[in-house]
Formats: sequence, C-alpha cells, structure tokens
Amino acid sequence: MRRDITTSIIGILALTLLLGILYPLTITGISQVAFPGNANGQQLYQQGKLVGSKIIGQAFADPAIKNGKTVLDKNGNPVTTPDPRYFQTRPSATVPADNAAGSAFSNLGPNSIATKLALAANLTAYLQLEKPYDPGLTAAKVPVDAVDTSGSGVDPDISPANAAIQAHRVAAVRKLALSEVQHLISTYTHGRGLGFSGEPGVNVLELNVALNRLGGR
Amino acid sequence: MTVLGWVTIVVFVLALTALALALGRYMAAVYTGGRTWLDPVLRGPERLLYRVLRVDVAQGQDWKAYAKSLIIFSLAGWLLLYLILRTQLLWDFPGLNPQHFHSAPWNVTFNTTSSFLTNTNWQYYGGETTMSYFSQMAGLTVQNFLSAGVGIVVAVALIRGIISRSGKSLGNFYQDLVRTVLYVLVPISIVVALVLVFQGSIQNFASYLTVHGITGLTQSIGMGPVASQESIKLLGTNGGGFFNVNSAHPFENPTGFTNLLEMLVVLIIPAALVFTYGRMAGNRRQGYAIYSAMMVMFLGAVVVAYIAEAHGSPAQHAAGLHTGVIPGSTGGNMEGKEQRFGIAGSALFDVVTTVTSCGAVNSSIESFTGIGGAVPFANLSASETIFGGVGTGLYSILLYVLLAVFLGGLMVGRTPEYLGKKIEAREIKLVSLGILITPLGALLATALATASRAGRASISTAATGPQGFSESFYAYLSQANNNGSAFPGYTGFIQTTAGSVGSHGVTFADLLGGFTMLFARYAPIFFALAVAGSLAGKRVSPAGLGTMRTDNPTFVVLLIGVIVLVGALTFFPALLLGPIVQGLTGHLY
Repeated sequence: MRRDITTSIIGILALTLLLGILYPLTITGISQVAFPGNANGQQLYQQGKLVGSKIIGQAFADPAIKNGKTVLDKNGNPVTTPDPRYFQTRPSATVPADNAAGSAFSNLGPNSIATKLALAANLTAYLQLEKPYDPGLTAAKVPVDAVDTSGSGVDPDISPANAAIQAHRVAAVRKLALSEVQHLISTYTHGRGLGFSGEPGVNVLELNVALNRLGGR
Repeated sequence: MTVLGWVTIVVFVLALTALALALGRYMAAVYTGGRTWLDPVLRGPERLLYRVLRVDVAQGQDWKAYAKSLIIFSLAGWLLLYLILRTQLLWDFPGLNPQHFHSAPWNVTFNTTSSFLTNTNWQYYGGETTMSYFSQMAGLTVQNFLSAGVGIVVAVALIRGIISRSGKSLGNFYQDLVRTVLYVLVPISIVVALVLVFQGSIQNFASYLTVHGITGLTQSIGMGPVASQESIKLLGTNGGGFFNVNSAHPFENPTGFTNLLEMLVVLIIPAALVFTYGRMAGNRRQGYAIYSAMMVMFLGAVVVAYIAEAHGSPAQHAAGLHTGVIPGSTGGNMEGKEQRFGIAGSALFDVVTTVTSCGAVNSSIESFTGIGGAVPFANLSASETIFGGVGTGLYSILLYVLLAVFLGGLMVGRTPEYLGKKIEAREIKLVSLGILITPLGALLATALATASRAGRASISTAATGPQGFSESFYAYLSQANNNGSAFPGYTGFIQTTAGSVGSHGVTFADLLGGFTMLFARYAPIFFALAVAGSLAGKRVSPAGLGTMRTDNPTFVVLLIGVIVLVGALTFFPALLLGPIVQGLTGHLY
C-alpha cells in the first residue's frame, strides 16, 4: 500500500513533467522552426496590416451607424450589415458572428420549429442580398452551406456553388467583368484531401483580399 | 450522396485494416517483452523511469494487486489534475495563461477532472474561454496520455489472464503503463502532431490575436499549443477539444486530409489491439473473428449515418431548402457541419468517434437528422464493443465473447470453454456484472436527470419535445460510456462572459455526470480484472470434436447477435422516446 502510494505520487509528477511539459515544448520547438507560418495561425496581411488568419472565417460586414454612432446589440456587439463588395462567409452561431475566441455550434435540432425559422430567415436574407444581381435565383438553387450554420462558426470556406452565385453581386458592385471574378474564385478554390477526402471549398478571406488587390472598389 | 463520399469510406476501412495489422504486431512485441525497433532509443528512458518510480518490474501482480496499483495511481492523478485546474491563476507565467483566465468553479472542475481521468473528456466548458495553456498541457494533455494508458493496460492484463497457463500474475501495472506511454502513445503522438502542424494546425504560446478585418471589424483569434494536444486527444480516444467546437475548428482539423488522418488515428489502437490479442493468444484467427464482428457493425452504422445526413432534415425542407446534390454543392444536412469535410467526412467522423470512446466531434451531433443522430445513440448503446476506446474496447468485447461462449454452450448443452478454459459460474457472474453496470449507470442517471427540476435545468431552451429528452439521455449515455461527445445544447456551465467572470455551474449536472463517469469507468475495470484473475492459471484442456469454435463466421454472427440483443433490450425504449420519434415522423416540435 505505502509502496503504491509513493510510486503513484512520484509517477504522476514525473509523467506530468514528461508528457505535460517536455512533450508539448518539443512539438512547439520543432513546429516553430519547421512550419512557423502554420504554427502561428497563417496570418494574412493586407498592405502591411494584419487582417486575419487564412483558415479562420470572418464577417465581411459594416457596422450600422446611427447619428454618427455605432449601433450596438443587447450584448454590446456592433450591429452589422453584409458589405456587398465582398464575398460572405457561412452563417455563424458564435457571439458575435465569426468569433474565433469563442467557437460554438448552433445546436439546432433536426425537427425543431426554431431551426426551421432560423433557416428560413437565413434563406430570405441570402435571397435579398443576391437576387437583385442574379434574377434567376430561386430558393431551390441556393446551396445548403449558404443557409445552414457552419460547425465551428468560423468556417473559412464556402461551396463553389455558393461562390458562383455571389460572384454576380461582387462583379456588379465592383464593376468588374464576371469572368474576372470567376477566375479569382477558381484560384482560391481548394480541392479535396488526396483528391477524395472532404469537399472543395472557396477560401473567402483570401478571395476578398485578392479582390481588393484587383481594385475596382 | 456522392461516389467520392463512398470512396472515402472504402479507402478509410482498407487503410485502417492495413495500419492496424502492422501496429497490432508491434504492440504484441511491446507486451510480451519482444524486441522492437524503438528499443535502442527507448530502453534508456524506460529503465530510468523504473528507477525513479522504484518499480521492481520482475515482480508480477495478481489481479487484486494490479487493481490496487491502478486505483491508487488514478487517485493521485485525479488529485493533481483537480489542483492544477483550481489554481489556474497561480500558473500565470509568461506564455502559460496569456488571457489570464480564472479557474472554473469547483463543481465544473469536479466534472472536468473526473472526465479526463476516465478517458471520457466530457466538457462542460469551452476550451478557449476557460482553460489556460498550462491547464491544457500539464493538466489535460497528461491525462489524455495516462487515461489511455490505463485503458490499454487493463486490456493487456485481461489478455494475459485468458492465456496464462500457470500462476496468477497478470503482469506489472507500472511496467505496462510505462511501456504503453513510451513505446506506443508518445512516438505516434509526435508524428501525428507534426503532420497536423504541417497541414495548418497551430502550436504556439502567443496571446490571442486581435485583427482588424478588411471591413474594419475587430476579430479575436484564439491561439495555443493545439497540435500537441490534438494528436493524443485522438490517439488515446480521449476527445476533449482544445477549442469548444473540438475538431470542427480549423486550427484543430484544418483540411480534408487531416480529417481522414484524424479518423484513422482514433481507430488505430482499438483496431490494432484486436490483432495484438490474436497474436498473444497464439491464434491469430481469434483476433480476425473479433475484428470481423466489429467491422460489420461499424459499416452498418456508417452506411445509415451517411444516407441519413445526405438526405437532409425536416427543418431544412420546411424552410424551403433544396438538399439534393447540385453542381458545386453536395447538399444534405450541412447544419453544424464544415464545408471542407462535407457530409461523408462528417458522418464518418461521427461514427468513428462514437463507436470508440473518443467523443471528438467535427460537426454538431445535436443537429444531425433523427436517424443520423440515432446512429451515435446506437453506437453508445453497444457499450464500446464496436472497436471501443483504447483498451476499453477490447476488454469490453472480450466480456461479450465470454457471454456468447456461455450462451453457445447452453444451446448445445456442453460446458462452455474459451481457448481451452472452462467458463464457470464465477466467471459468468463477473462477466454479467461487467456488462450490465454501464447501461445501469446510464439509465439511472438519465432517469434522475429527466425526472428532476434540477436535471431539466440543463436542457437548452431551443430543445423542445423529444429533442430535450435526447439531449439529457445522450449526456448520461455518453458519460457512462466514457465517450464524451454531446448534444452540446445540454449544459452544466453557464458562462456569461469570456474569462469565467460571473459564470457558474449547474451543480446537479456536474456532480451527477462526474459520478456517473467514475462509476462507469472503474466498476467495469474492476470486473474485467476480476475475470482475468479468475481465468489466470486455469487448466487448459485440448480442443475436442464437440468444442465450439470461436474463430469462425458462425461465432461472429453469434457475437453480433449477443451485442445487439443486450444493447437493444436495455436501451430501445429510451431510444424510441428521443431520436427515433424524430427520425420516423418528420414532425416539427
């Protein structure tokens, strides 16, 4: 008994040192030397300013201004409207949207009225934003990722179908040729893992930064 | 559904089997004192650890001594982890707690500590809003390794009991644990962690990034030593995410490739141990038979989940969404799922982590369709016999194997034998207790939680009707099976603002969950070791004409039948009330 207690106490301390300190430090050391960009979150700069992480989605929206002041919601976060010059990321369940320091699921059940209402609202908002620029757009043509909440709340990608619809708006607002925008989309579309695992996605932040580089704003 | 979705599933199964055969052979060498190719590197550190721990590895332990060492070691680990988590502000050195998080309250910490000790990794907290880097590393990462190690050594001890022909020794607990950590868990974790960083996971000690996006909005981005914890979280079938959304977070699971890798890492040890068993028993066909039974049930779950999720949910259809495949989108139920994984990558991940005791998620299980969500329920109801957690899976299914042998013996009217050893009243009593104790814990806790006002306080406000029952049932089924995945709307921790300021726990859920996890972890371990002790040293009689074979398809069918029967009899009524009602009616609540 006493022997077990001593061994256990020494054991847990020694193993904490090995597995809790030495192991993560070793991985950090190697990562920071071999893959410093990835290890620090693939930070993306625009004109020398840090604008985000390549693999973290963000909201491309403008704060609502009333009487010269930013309008705040009940949580103290700014009320925003989507910026039509930019491609929009997927709906997010975090507070505020696309919060990368407090990730969350929507946890909306498959048979809940609350879910139906939330999805219907997302669908209406999407059609309102895109339909003026893409008159043939109907609810049946809207891809699910544009309406369903993402898992992380910071999904960096949208589906190619979603991007293709938004291209009409972005091209019109920025007075660019549609083909030019479509070309950019294909540049920032990643394929599947090993050619089969997962789905292709369009990286929205990289695409928007590239659009700004192109000008036409 | 898409062709590539099915290709993913087929490639996954083939890759898993190939890798598991190789690792199974290696692990057999680790536990039989054979030579491994890591010996030149690891013999030194191994001997040093024995000296520091003052372990006499020559001394074998009978089942009682083995269990005693295991319990005392676990208790020491529990106390240290609780201490670390409750003193979070004391460890506020540069890089260790850059967000200056306070400790979570005692009740949440009780739940978290019990959760990581028992390989459950149920989380009533959000990682990036509660835990310092020091707590994640020195606290949680350590138990990710050790709880996995404890599970594996129990399986190894049970194997030794089944095969030993003389003496009562099951091996030495500390030696088995040290060898598991050094020879199996650490090397694979290092490789996987580095591949994850190579693909885009982060690994740093920086403060959270504050960025000003291109439209001028501010975004805060959580940082930390993620990859090192991510790899052992998966390898040890732990499942506790660094971030709140676990493997759905791009920093934990950045690409379609890492998604495939992470699923393989989760299943590799549970699958390999089955082959290890066949080798140690000197009859590899025994391993193949068990592997076949597991794989049949696994594939059934995958097929159902994928079809259900690709179909879409009633709420989607009611909202006017079209969920079929269109050019540039694969449709389906994408609520709570990430674009880069898609439907197949999310459904497969869900099955992989709920058949094992991993409980990591890359999508919200609560948002799965009724039938898609019934699959994780069914997987949990199988009590870790479909691969199961590391070690726990093997000892769980071996108990079912003994039960199947017993039932087979009853059918043909002969004394049941397994690998030449008579299975008698004492063993069957222990086996039955070992099998029934987990469902008992799960159902009792669910009953308490749904019948009491304090229990219902944890149900999320949006979860009305059957969804609310599903949340509660899943919570205790998951904690009793030491899985840790959740219908995350169910809560035990109310966090008003980030940084734990003003937050509090739902004490009832924290305590009930914590005790359920401890009970449902250590009671089956106790019975598994007792069975091992009872079988150790039993006389082996040669197989005769009338001996029932345990390595042929007939036995595989019998084994699956026993597992399904026990699972269905215990859980079916409860399953009807939650997910099945939703899956069959399409009614909105």
